[in-house]
Order: sequence, then structure tokens, then C-alpha cells
Amino acid sequence: MTAQFPTSDTVSYDTKSDTKARDLPKAVDLAVVGAGPAGLAAATLAASAGLSVLLLDENAGPGGQVYRAITTSPLGEGRVLGPDYWSGAALAREMLASGATYVPGATVWSLSRELELGVSVGGQAHLVQARRVILATGALERPMPIPGWTLPGVMTAGGAQTLLKSSGLVPEGRIVLAGCGPLLWLLAAQYLEAGVRLEAILDTTARENWRAALPEAFGFLTSPYFRKGLALLRKVRAAVRIISGVTTLAAEGDESVTAVRYATAGGESGRIELDTLLLHQGVVPNVNLANAAGIPLVWDAEQLCFRPDVDAAGTSPVAGLAVAGDGAGIGGALGAAERGRLAALAAIAALKPGAPVLAQRPQVEAALHKALRGRAFLDRLYRPADGFRRPAPDTIACRCEEVTARQVTETVALGCAGPNQLKSFLRTGMGPCQGRMCGLTISELMAEAQGVTPAEIGYYRLRAPVKPISVAELASLPKDESAMKSVERG
Amino acid sequence: MAIAPARPDVLVIGGGLHGCSTALHLARRGIKALVIEKDHAGRHASGVNAGGVRRLGRAFPEVPLSVAAMALWHAIGDLVDDDCGFESHGQVKVAESAADLAVLAARVAKLNDLGFTHEELIGADELRRLLPAVAPHCVGGIVSRADGAALPYRTVLAFRNAAIRAGARFLEGAPAGPPVRAGGLWRVPVGDQVHEAPVLVNAAGAWADRIAAALGEPVPLEVIAPMLMITARMPAFVTPVVGATARPLSFKQFANGTVLIGGGHRGVAERDRNATALDFAKLAFNARTAAEIFPIMAGAQIMRAWAGIEARMPDDLPVIGPSIASEAAYHAFGFSAHGFQLGPIVGAILADLIATGTSALPIAPFSIARFAQAAAKAG
Repeated sequence: MTAQFPTSDTVSYDTKSDTKARDLPKAVDLAVVGAGPAGLAAATLAASAGLSVLLLDENAGPGGQVYRAITTSPLGEGRVLGPDYWSGAALAREMLASGATYVPGATVWSLSRELELGVSVGGQAHLVQARRVILATGALERPMPIPGWTLPGVMTAGGAQTLLKSSGLVPEGRIVLAGCGPLLWLLAAQYLEAGVRLEAILDTTARENWRAALPEAFGFLTSPYFRKGLALLRKVRAAVRIISGVTTLAAEGDESVTAVRYATAGGESGRIELDTLLLHQGVVPNVNLANAAGIPLVWDAEQLCFRPDVDAAGTSPVAGLAVAGDGAGIGGALGAAERGRLAALAAIAALKPGAPVLAQRPQVEAALHKALRGRAFLDRLYRPADGFRRPAPDTIACRCEEVTARQVTETVALGCAGPNQLKSFLRTGMGPCQGRMCGLTISELMAEAQGVTPAEIGYYRLRAPVKPISVAELASLPKDESAMKSVERG
Repeated sequence: MAIAPARPDVLVIGGGLHGCSTALHLARRGIKALVIEKDHAGRHASGVNAGGVRRLGRAFPEVPLSVAAMALWHAIGDLVDDDCGFESHGQVKVAESAADLAVLAARVAKLNDLGFTHEELIGADELRRLLPAVAPHCVGGIVSRADGAALPYRTVLAFRNAAIRAGARFLEGAPAGPPVRAGGLWRVPVGDQVHEAPVLVNAAGAWADRIAAALGEPVPLEVIAPMLMITARMPAFVTPVVGATARPLSFKQFANGTVLIGGGHRGVAERDRNATALDFAKLAFNARTAAEIFPIMAGAQIMRAWAGIEARMPDDLPVIGPSIASEAAYHAFGFSAHGFQLGPIVGAILADLIATGTSALPIAPFSIARFAQAAAKAG
């Protein structure tokens, strides 16, 4: 269903690493998980201060999601992905020159409270002990559970953007975008720049969100995102049919999606035939590793998501463990790099108290303050509507186990206390997504059914492995004598 | 502190399966229990264990109780008005060597002498008929065909809800303070109230040693964290629950294709934090065992691992029966990671003891007195 997009030459410098699992250090000063903006900035700064730094990332090259394939994208440094995307190249270049040990293709599947990481590279599992750890695991797209969202041909906008960035691929046929949030408009603009035709954008931004966001508008006017955002909206609005105030959406089709039905707050309704439906309603922190390592989650009522309980520098209640970037709460790519630097400074302060680089802290804090301007405006404007977060009874809430919203509320009626107990009834959160595509939906549905807030109902207790690992891979861990002694009976 | 109104007949400390079952069986006799649970019912070992419903391979003193419990499991809907997810596809213990098989043969012979016939010795052919995917080196085993598995948390909740319908009350999110006997009543502080009742039941699981100590009979309870792993869906390859003979394993495939691996090495329990920590070096050992007995498992993707907090006694036998040091107090704890199947019958035993002073089942081996004697000898 995808077509190769015409590309310019690939970026020339090589970032391939020869580091294999057997070469992984057994112990390091600082382990950084994730090579997006936060992880790149953190690893670079810490390595420059003389710490031994291990940067682990599961992708083939640095950049994370926002700067995905920054060193290898077939689209070249052209206009399609825009100058903001290519600004990530500097972060990647600095990291590669910093002396940090960078291991791509590395899956971190566990982290203990004692800061021992479980890592797999090339099918081989290893344990690495760190003195400090910075988690820069970034964001995930918020689930958008509409009727028919599991049909082939329905994708997330983020998934589509990943294909564009890493492979220059765009879906074939008629494309409709639906939802809300900056990434939806950015993808639309990137598609237009690439000459891709869009049938329509179904904008689910609620009209009352504008009223709620207005008091924060001044902050946004001075934000680095303002000019870019405005230009981007203008460009997309001029070229694509926009249907605003959409309140209901349903994907239709038997074997794959063939149409989308919609209705608006203004009473308009319609049906658009299509081949690909791209959904998006914002991003939320990827909390699995942080929570599995023992950092409690707190409900963020402004961003409508759970995030790890950390302070502004990313410091967590688990000694030596910090979270930086969007994984600690959504703040965007520019802020993520500064938050990575703040977390690195905390690690440097702990391990090299006299390091001259520590004097940079006020500048980093000022840059972070500037980067976060306007965030409250975006949070409120693009707050996803209740009906798109808590699906109708017959809509699937958990894709892995095909559990509907009705099954969730019926199980609450049996007395099921919360998401962790629901697992035992319906296996929600126990499938391959490990809760990433259902967690928020389940917490919100259960909270509504019990008449409490998501803060009270809580989230899945997340445990390792936070990424699937094969039995053979786990079995490849070096044998440990102490393991032989503690035998369980029964 | 205020005395709580509505005095029950029995205070049950601990809302795990044994506490819930005790409250249910008491209620069926018209005896009103108040269950005091520090978290929520089934929060720890009762709700997150492997769900094995197994007579197979039990220590001999437990066999009569386990056989009686199995009769209740096969009619569990009559008891709690819920099927608890119970399915009976048998349990198999695999012999990986001739030596294993000899151990199992001796065990079956002794069980037969005691009058029990639920365990059956099988050879290589029947083993492969039951477990087509088993590794070539496995030579036979034992099977208990009417054993099975259930869903742990669903089971605890069903017992809790049935107990409530029958007249029991539950206080959840309510940590019990040390019980004190005064004026013919047990008094248990909970928050700013004191609950009173003539009879006390200690079903506090991994925290039960603290209650026992308050009753004047300390026990050598070890807090353990059995670890479990679950995989992504696999093609159907095994129906019974499977264990091994010479090394620890419990292995089960659900109807949806996911595989549960448990019963192996343990993680680390931190009961004062209500938390467990996984030990991946030890989980790796469990993974190797699973893949060696079922080679198809090498490619299975592990989706999740977890551990529960459980109490283990030095002899791996539970404590069931009256307190020796205090009057009108009873224990049901220390099930040492194999108490789930016994839950339905242990509640009945405690209700019998409380109502009539006696049980028809042989519970003498589980008396807390065995630790008093050990302490006296040591002293």
C-alpha cells in the first residue's frame, strides 16, 4: 500500500556502530536510554564532562521519533521534512563526536532500582550496571479508539510520518487525516510539500478549546513554535478540504478501511471514501520503563495522561535515576534537549562535583523556559475530546485482546477495582502492546464507570520486560551461581 | 479510639483467598465475619499467582485437604456463583530421566498405599500423547487428569463477593494493628477505630508472622516473591498444566495461545514497600528450563514478568488450625507458594473449627505447635 517517494541523495556521513552486545561495558557512570533530542543532549554533555556514558537506542540511527533517521533519511536535507527536522542533525553530530559509547539497535527491556539494565543487542541479552541512569524514552501517540480503528488501512499519523522520514514512503490511494494536534498538521504540510494529495482533514479540535486556550495565547505568541505553526496551518488550509468541529468518527470497511463517516458539532455529517485513514490526537509520555524501574506515575490533568513523578530536572524518587524529555511530560523537541542537559548536569554534579560545565546550568534553565513557552496554549487547544478518549460501548479499547469498552465497564460492575485487576479478567495490557495502546483508555473508562478521576483509579503497574524479549534471548544471559540456589517449590 | 459499631462474630485479618473463603464459609453457617485487608482483596499472592489447581505432587500431609478442595473446585459455581475461570485439562509432571521416573513411581506407589489414586504413572508414549511438543529426552511422568487451573484474581473476587452476599463485611485499604485479647474479646485497631469480636482469624499471608507474634507464638516465616512470565500468543501446543520433577517449573498455555511460565526461581520481596523486584538472572534460568522441556518455547516472546508477595514456612507446609498461645484465635497462612488450590477447603476447615471446635480433615500436621516445639528445642 505504500509507494517509494522520489528522494535526493542520502546524507553521507556514516553513523553505523560496530558495538556488539559482547562489547557492551559491564559498568558505566551514566547510561542514557533513548537517542532522541533529550538523550542525545544528555549523553553529549555528560561525555564532554568526562563521564563514561553508554547511550542505548533501539533504532538503527540517532534521532528518536522527532528526528527519526536524521542521519540516513532518503529525503535528504531538502524541504519536505522542513528545517526543524534537520536541526536534529546537529544534536546527532555532537553526540557522535562526544566520546559517548553509542549502541543503536539496543533494546532496553528492564531496569532495576539498583540501576542494572537488561539490554538486548542482536539477539544477545546482557546486564549493565550504571551509577546513574537517564531515561529519555520519549512520547507515544495517544490512542484514538474510534469504531473501526483496528481495520487495515487505518494508521496513526505518527506511524505514517515514520515511514516518510525513514523510508520516504507515503500510503497509496486516497488519504484522509483525522484528529487534532500539531503533528497532524505537520504531517499534512510534509505530505503537501512532497506533492501528496489529501482528500480531507477531519479536525476534531473542539470549539470550546479555543476559549480555554485563549488566556495562554500570549505565551504561545512568544513561543519558538508560533511562527512555524501559523505558516504551517495557513499552507495546509489553503490546499486541503478541512472539516472542523468533528465530534464523531467511524472507520468503515470489511477487510480493510474503505470510508470514514463523521458528524460535526454544527450538525453536518458525511462519508468520505478513502484508502488510508490516518488518526492522531496528540502524544503522551512513554512511561513503561520509568514505572517498571519504580518511579510512581502521577495523573496530569492538564495533559490528560500519566507521567513519571519527577521534578523539573528530571530527578525521580529512585536514587540515581532521572527522566528527561517528553517521557517526563510532553514539552516538545526543543525543550526535550534542554531537559536532557539538565538531567545530565545533575548526573555530573553527583559524580564530578567540581566539573566546570556545571556553571552552564542557568543558561540551560533559561533555554528550557523559552522552549516551553506556549505549551499550555497547545495543551488546551488540542485537548482531545472526551468522546475520542473514552470510546462508545461497542468500540474496541484493547486491540491486543480485542476487548470492547462495554466489556471493561461490565467488569467494573463485577467489582473489579482497577486496571491491574482488569488484567486478570480481560487480559488488557498483557498483550504485545504492553499497555501502550490501551492504558489511558482503560484507566479513563474505569474511572468514568466508577465515578472517580483517573488519578484515583491509577494506571497499569508496569513491569519488565518493557519490550518483548524471546525466551531464547533471556536464556542467553550468563548463568548466575546464585540462581541455582534459590529454588521454588510447588 | 472509638469502638466500631456493629460488632461481628469473627475478625479475619487478611483479604486473600483464605480470608475470603473463611468469611464465606462462616457466613454460610450464619456466623458474621469482618475481613480487614490492608490493600484490596487479592492484591498479593492470592491474586497474582499462576492459578494452578493441583493435587499433583503435593506433600503427603496436604493430599487429603487437596483432594477435598478439588471436589469443591469441580462445583465452584455452586459455592461462589462464578466459574472462577476454572478449567480442568489435567496436570502433568514430566520425568526428564530414568532417575526422575523412579522418584515418581515411588511416589505414586506410596499414594496408592494411602488410598489415593488421582496420580497416575505414565510412560513415554502417553506423555507424548498428552504433550506432543515435549522434548525428546523426556521419558514419562505422572498425570492427575482432573486437576486444572483457574484465574486467581477472579477467584478471590468471586469468594469475596459471595461472602458479602452471604453477610460478611469487608474493610479494604485498612491496615490492622496488633490484636489484643481483653474481656473475652479480640480488639484490633484499624485507623482511629477498634474492631471487637470474640474470635480472631490470622490469614495475613506474608504479614501473618506479625499477627502470630502478637498472639504470643512467633513463627519462622520467610517472605518470598515467586516470579511469573507470560508470552505472546503461540500456536496451541500444550493443554494440561506442566511441571518438572528434578527442577522447578510450572507451565501453562491459555486458550488464547499465551503461555505462563512460573514455579521457578524467585525474585526479591519487599513487604514493607508492598513491592517485589524481579531477578532477571534467575528468570533466565526459568526461561532455559521452559525451552529445554518445550523446544518450541525458544522463540516465544516474553511480554510481561511479575512477582507476588508470599509467605513460606521452613517445611513448606502451611499453618492451619487454632492458636496454641491464645484462646479463640485461628491461623491460615504460610502456604509456601501452593495455597491457591486449597483456598476453598481451608475456609471450610476454619469455619468448622470456629463453629464446632473440630474438623473432619486431618489438620494436625499444620499446627503452629510445630514451631513452638522447634523453638523450645533450639532454646
